[in-house]
Amino acid sequence: MRLRYLTLTAVAFFSAFPLYYSVVVASRDNAALAQVPPPLLPGGNFLANVQRVFDTVPFGLALLNSFVVSGSIALTVMFFSTLAGFAFAKLRFRGRNAMLLITVATMMVPAQLGIIPLYMLMVKVEWTGTMYALVVPALVNAFGVFFMTQFLQRALPTELLEAGRIDGCTTWGLFRHVVVPAARPAAAVLGMLTFMTAWNDYFWPLVVLTPENPTVQVALSTLASGYVNDFVLGLSGTALGTLPLLLVFALLGKQIIGGIMQGAVKG
Amino acid sequence: MATRAPDRPAATITGRASHRPPRRFLSHRFDMKVSPYAYVAPFLVLFCAFGVFPLVYTAWVSLHEWTLLSDVHRFIGLDNFATLLGDGYFWNATFNTLSIGVLSTVPQLIMAIWLASLLNRPLRAQTFFRITLLLPNVTSVVAVVVIFSQLFGRDFGLINWMLSWFGGDGVAWSEGTLSSHVALSVMIMWRWTGYNALIFLAAMQAVPRELYEAATLDGASPYTQLRRITIPMIRPTIIFVVIVSTIGAMQIIAEPLLFGAGTNGGNIVTGGPDRQFQTLALYVYERGFVNFDFGYASAASWVMFAFVVVAAAVNYLFISRSRGDLT
Repeated sequence: MRLRYLTLTAVAFFSAFPLYYSVVVASRDNAALAQVPPPLLPGGNFLANVQRVFDTVPFGLALLNSFVVSGSIALTVMFFSTLAGFAFAKLRFRGRNAMLLITVATMMVPAQLGIIPLYMLMVKVEWTGTMYALVVPALVNAFGVFFMTQFLQRALPTELLEAGRIDGCTTWGLFRHVVVPAARPAAAVLGMLTFMTAWNDYFWPLVVLTPENPTVQVALSTLASGYVNDFVLGLSGTALGTLPLLLVFALLGKQIIGGIMQGAVKG
Repeated sequence: MATRAPDRPAATITGRASHRPPRRFLSHRFDMKVSPYAYVAPFLVLFCAFGVFPLVYTAWVSLHEWTLLSDVHRFIGLDNFATLLGDGYFWNATFNTLSIGVLSTVPQLIMAIWLASLLNRPLRAQTFFRITLLLPNVTSVVAVVVIFSQLFGRDFGLINWMLSWFGGDGVAWSEGTLSSHVALSVMIMWRWTGYNALIFLAAMQAVPRELYEAATLDGASPYTQLRRITIPMIRPTIIFVVIVSTIGAMQIIAEPLLFGAGTNGGNIVTGGPDRQFQTLALYVYERGFVNFDFGYASAASWVMFAFVVVAAAVNYLFISRSRGDLT
């Protein structure tokens, strides 16, 4: 019994320590890092380091870009997934099962497989270097639709919809007055997951963006690769770009974890 | 009948068959037959344009000599694939991908099952442990690699400092093949173990409690219970997680890309000066977005996809054949 708590505490420590250590490094200077033993407590240099981050890369712009991109993706994914999930879960129409099958099947295909044509497409419409290249291809995704379909199949009683029909509701009326209220908790979880994924997305933004107009992750990688031995600079940026999200996660963690575990059981 | 379908025209009942049904009837029919498509249309249109079309078009591009510099795309059949088979860098990347994949996935999943079984008993501070376990997964991959590049630093890294307590010399983690694979695997494991543990935990919570109570009465140890009850009962989830992890492991790119950037700057896409940790996905990136050889890179991504399918299928067969003896 005691052993179990001890083990779990040790695991929790290893999960949190690298993040803590990034704060330690971010609040020191490079000279302190070269000492033996290395510093294990935060120092007083954080604000100066933050200043250096903002001087080296357009970090304010990166924060704004990441916020706008992740926010709009989360909103559209929530909306379109609820819309399509409702139809897949509760409406009858020709081709429904085939469409759903293709959607789920593509979830298993590595996204990287399509990245070259997607890039060529972005070049063609001249969206490279802009946030359109991040937002438009991400307006919908298969996971969101799958997630909402699963949830609405389980959580939305068909009798409720039938009752609505008898009362003369159109399909749109049903969607607005019955489906949306029922879908709200799952949609909120989906929105949070989507926001975090978009915020942390790195590879596609790296391909289509430039260092002059970056997202947070692209700006961080510029910091990390451009200044090889300046760990303090890299980790200050990291702490700055990661902590807001971790804070949100610590506050809403319970709901997010619930969402992940719910999706998993049916997956 | 009138209550169930108020929109139905009274005409059919009175026998005055009308050829022009009232408008409400038409609009109701329209609503039932056509409107479902309106609900899935935004998703389907965008999904086909940005999800499905690029996947298919990659195959088309792979059959051409197709670079960014030239507007002429010459059809060359399977030549790109033939070149690929004799490409030493490609096979090197394949080896690295498999090596990092095995090193990161196998211990990760065993640990995740074990952690889940620890969490799956009455426990104080359950939420606290779950949130801490998921913290690494919320951290971006860029942050993870930046942090671990410093921890794995040769001269001032915390890990070498701790190894020195046991008389270890400073390991140059990014320079060797095995050591760089270990370092990358640790990063991947750190980020994903907790997440997978929660997935397993969700499955374990669905296992009926009576099974454990009966087993306890029969004197079965926790280890026996894990092996004889838990693992067989959550087999579908194990298969699911193994396949998803395999697919993920075959696509690893950000870790080696950034690890290379943090440790040797300059030429970052080769995964170390000797390509000792260049993965398949990183090789595709090098050919596609550094050399802008789209045709060749597309061919490489299709072969990579074939590997993903094979690896997932092999793992599926392996897991579903072995009966409850995974531990």
